[in-house]
Amino acid sequence: MPNLEVNIHNLILKNPVMTASGTFGYGQDFGDFYDVSKLGGIVTKAVSKEPRQGNFYPRMAETTSGMLNAVGLQNKGIDNFESVIYPELKKINTNIIINVAGHTVEDYVYVCERLNQLDHVHAIELNISCPNVKDGMAFGTSCPSATALTIAVRKVYHKTLIVKLSPNVTSIAEIAKAVEDGGADALSLINTLLGMAIDAEKRKTVLSTAMGGLSGPAIKPVALRMVYQASRAVSIPVIGIGGIMNGIDAVEFLLAGASAVQVGTANFINPNAALETITGIEDYLNRHSINDVNELIGML
Amino acid sequence: MNYPVKHLKMKNLPMAKVTHDLQLIENRQLNPAYHLLIFKSSVAIPEVFPGQFAELLTPDSAATFLRRPFSIYNADYQLNTIQFIVKIVGNGTKKLCQLSTGAIVNIIYPLGKGFSISEGKSLIVGGGVGIAPMYLLSKWLTTNNREFDILLGGRTEADIINVKEFSEYGELDITTENGKLGQKGLITTHPWLKDPGSVYSRIYTCGPEAMMRAVARIAIASQISCEVSLENTMACGFGVCLCCVVATDKGNLCVCTDGPVFNINNLKGWD
Repeated sequence: MPNLEVNIHNLILKNPVMTASGTFGYGQDFGDFYDVSKLGGIVTKAVSKEPRQGNFYPRMAETTSGMLNAVGLQNKGIDNFESVIYPELKKINTNIIINVAGHTVEDYVYVCERLNQLDHVHAIELNISCPNVKDGMAFGTSCPSATALTIAVRKVYHKTLIVKLSPNVTSIAEIAKAVEDGGADALSLINTLLGMAIDAEKRKTVLSTAMGGLSGPAIKPVALRMVYQASRAVSIPVIGIGGIMNGIDAVEFLLAGASAVQVGTANFINPNAALETITGIEDYLNRHSINDVNELIGML
Repeated sequence: MNYPVKHLKMKNLPMAKVTHDLQLIENRQLNPAYHLLIFKSSVAIPEVFPGQFAELLTPDSAATFLRRPFSIYNADYQLNTIQFIVKIVGNGTKKLCQLSTGAIVNIIYPLGKGFSISEGKSLIVGGGVGIAPMYLLSKWLTTNNREFDILLGGRTEADIINVKEFSEYGELDITTENGKLGQKGLITTHPWLKDPGSVYSRIYTCGPEAMMRAVARIAIASQISCEVSLENTMACGFGVCLCCVVATDKGNLCVCTDGPVFNINNLKGWD
């Protein structure tokens, strides 16, 4: 049995496979399919200070090898999270990583400060890259604002701080460096790519918001390239995300320089996708007689 | 009839969902637009509640990347078969209807909350492919000794499917807009919908949204309850992508997990 354990800063992951925010709820919905404690970690749906209703319908458009979404960070807010969702998360025996979204620096700080008090929250993933809300991406698309937000959250959050980067930038390496300078412990990338879908027959945009976030295998080549660039620009661990459907896809991200991965859109199509990604990595290691998954990281 | 009596006690309880492969054992073309697909499971199929749906994975294709949600038309717990009425509306449904007997299709089911039992006599109103969830509903109401009538409507006679099976369970009438089958005109002009409050205590409806909204207005005017089965574009079908929302008195809710069946009193903009 090869070793699958990896480290992301202080987090010890039993395997390098986590679930991507917004594709796994808060873990409960997948309990019918498998024991989610088998995952290296669960990254939850975003939590914001106030409840959010999200965008109008239609919020989804299928595209070739992918999909666009315009959910808009619908969630019930931090109060509901603490009283209703957190007690359920405590029953899951793996790393719980809370994705945090906000309108302002103060919003982020408020939520992160409260999450810092919760023992079974092992890390937070700062969402500075959502393309579906007016201000969510603004933090992640300029270096000074990305650094400033990271510094502000760093002051109040003392466990593992992951910052999720937007691909909708000119230089992923510069943003990665800016966030590392702000005090992040790790980076995760990529969030969705800004895109759009048009119904030619109706001569209308498919999504209510016109534009939305593209995910799925369609974005994997872009994600691999950005993980490759970002991991070479920083010395903190990078978590690879973007169109991972199976173990081989995950291995490609590890080779590109990621220390762990997140499975996202695949969860919608195959509810067992994240679990099968773990066994897929294990099969790969066995097939290549590699004893430790860490040997793959950045080994191109 | 192969419907377990224990369903009587079940009121929209969430059931464990499963995913596995099914084998297509019959692909019966009902007319150019509609197919009846019958799948067999090698393991016992889970109990299915009327109005619940399944997510079927269309065969490997970049263009139809996501699963497709379908109402469950019928389930046979002895034969372990599950049936769907599929109307060809796009690439995904086209690919499914082109499958040959023996094809393997992956399913996730049962999903969503179905219809609730009515106390008095009810009226089932199905339009076009919205007829699909009404067959299980008819069987269920019959099993539970509830009285009901069935009204099926379509644009043309091609939209009225499996009529004989429905008439086994209740009084049936039909409308078509071209008048080639049943009464001519929109389903909402049928006499049963003139003053439904004098006969029925509940309307169950599924069909095009404009039709369901018109039926809902009639139910409100007659002061009787009305359950609608909504359609929506979904990425997952089990409550995690938050794409298929509808505005309700509790805010935006997912059609896939909080529905697809809603009481119109809980929907915003349906009065």
